Amino acid sequence: MKTLAIYLVCEPETPELAEAAVDGGADLIELGFPFSDPLAEGPTIRLASERALARGMRTKQCLECLAQVRARVDVPIVPMTYAAILEAYGYERFVADTRAAGATSAIVVDLPVEEHAEVPRVQLVAPTSTDERIAACAGATDGWLYLVSLTGTTGARSEVSPALAGLVERTRALTDVPLYAGFGISTPAQAAAVAEMADGVVVGSRAVQVAEEGADALREYVASLRSALD
Amino acid sequence: MTSGVYAGYGGRYVPETLIPALDELEAGWAEAQRDPSFAAELDRLGREYAGRPTPLTLAERFAPGKRIYLKREDLLHTGAHKLNNALGQAVLAQRLGKRRIVAETGAGQHGVATATVCARFGLECVVYMGAEDMRRQRPNVERMGLLGAEVRPVESGTKTLKEATSEAIRDWITNVETTHYLIGSCVGPHPYPELVRELQSVIGREARAQILGAEERLPEVVVACVGGGSNAIGAFAAFLGDDVRLVGVEAAGAASLGTGRPAVLHGARSSVLADADGQIADAHSISAGLDYPGVGPEHAALRDSGRAEYVPCTDEEALAAFHRLAETEGIIPALESSHALARALDLEEELVLVCLSGRGDKDLAEVLGHA
Repeated sequence: MKTLAIYLVCEPETPELAEAAVDGGADLIELGFPFSDPLAEGPTIRLASERALARGMRTKQCLECLAQVRARVDVPIVPMTYAAILEAYGYERFVADTRAAGATSAIVVDLPVEEHAEVPRVQLVAPTSTDERIAACAGATDGWLYLVSLTGTTGARSEVSPALAGLVERTRALTDVPLYAGFGISTPAQAAAVAEMADGVVVGSRAVQVAEEGADALREYVASLRSALD
Repeated sequence: MTSGVYAGYGGRYVPETLIPALDELEAGWAEAQRDPSFAAELDRLGREYAGRPTPLTLAERFAPGKRIYLKREDLLHTGAHKLNNALGQAVLAQRLGKRRIVAETGAGQHGVATATVCARFGLECVVYMGAEDMRRQRPNVERMGLLGAEVRPVESGTKTLKEATSEAIRDWITNVETTHYLIGSCVGPHPYPELVRELQSVIGREARAQILGAEERLPEVVVACVGGGSNAIGAFAAFLGDDVRLVGVEAAGAASLGTGRPAVLHGARSSVLADADGQIADAHSISAGLDYPGVGPEHAALRDSGRAEYVPCTDEEALAAFHRLAETEGIIPALESSHALARALDLEEELVLVCLSGRGDKDLAEVLGHA
């Protein structure tokens, strides 16, 4: 069975939304701790991050949100953020406090594999990564590898990236860890196509958009992805 | 931290997608530095195209009773020191086989310098500029258009240099295989801070020789404005080993070194205007080129070690110095450089070197609007 990971930005409604996503069939929740200048994000997650920050979602509030999500769902919850947040909060303190609030690992988008080994995290590899770097990321990663399916920022695309197949092939040759692909995946058909190659699918921007319509809409959308994967 | 660190500042805080391109840039830069033909080409372009060496001018009427020398980067082609860096990076980009250039710009000086070198070498050029900066630096937007560059307005956040830089980096992430990111200051992920410092260090090298020729001694103090800090690091570099005071002047509302804290912005750890959670704060300056919440990591290290000091200057003080230089010397300085001029007047020292990093034609509308 393929893993379905759904990304949501921490906001006051997020615990209820995360529960709906799990009801719809999500196996893992990525929780975005918003940063003011997120270099890897396309317009959807950038705007959602700006809105969350304007509503006061700083690190402390995000940790509370994480704990509330934990109280409602049993699946792994992975905080996803930027180095600036850990730099300010303290790297080891971030690990300790997210774990205490119920997190499984973390994703730090702009922290290369060479840096801050004291933060166990899911490493990201991209189509531009060399085989040497893919091997290093696979060796250091915490649980699974995040395949960035395209060279670009997050956000829906009309097609699955043609670069993904090659990245999966190169990575498979180097490691046995599970591979979940994200960036640019938004429709059930795309999720199904990606699941043909990878062990899991991460859906971010489109989930954030649908979440704005409420928990029922999100549950239905996640269920449509789930049935495409199974 | 493994590479590109100045006393804990610097590094590479970027998505994995960019790391191989930074490795490639670092290797290409190291190779270029070992290749005498690279230095020879830059030297030739500097003399024949850019107008190097720029003169050193004694500003006697501006500062009676002192000997303030101005290093005249305002006389460089395109009107600011930015061309030193743009020329060097354009030559480097071609060595790396990149035919598309992206850049960010605040005041528009770096955008114009980038558009200029792209026209000179036949490279595709896209410049990101905050919509607010496009309003207050209109002439430079028009110049970039004439030079064949595409200027893309950035409407997010404060619509100034911080957002323009983020958008340029996002473009680079998307087009990294064909594109060189021609960053405009000594900021960003390693190796950019070092690369830009080296390309701008021609300012200090020339000025040091020129002032020794004129005065037969070194200046007591070198003064330069600091936004990202490229003209300052270029002016300071030649004097780091001398017994010469180094003073960087920040805009009071954008004093990343004076009032910032360690934080991560645009791929590097430095001193940044940020809150306790690491969220980046807004900067405010009349001068678009200084209106940036970050600063080059080497400046943060020079501040911490005490080798250089960094002082603030208000919009009003900069405006007063702008008018004073125009009226006493017949030189219209950039508003950025006017910050350095204002503080240079207050210093106790008698023999002062100021980096006049650019000319002020672009600022006329902004200055007259404050009259």
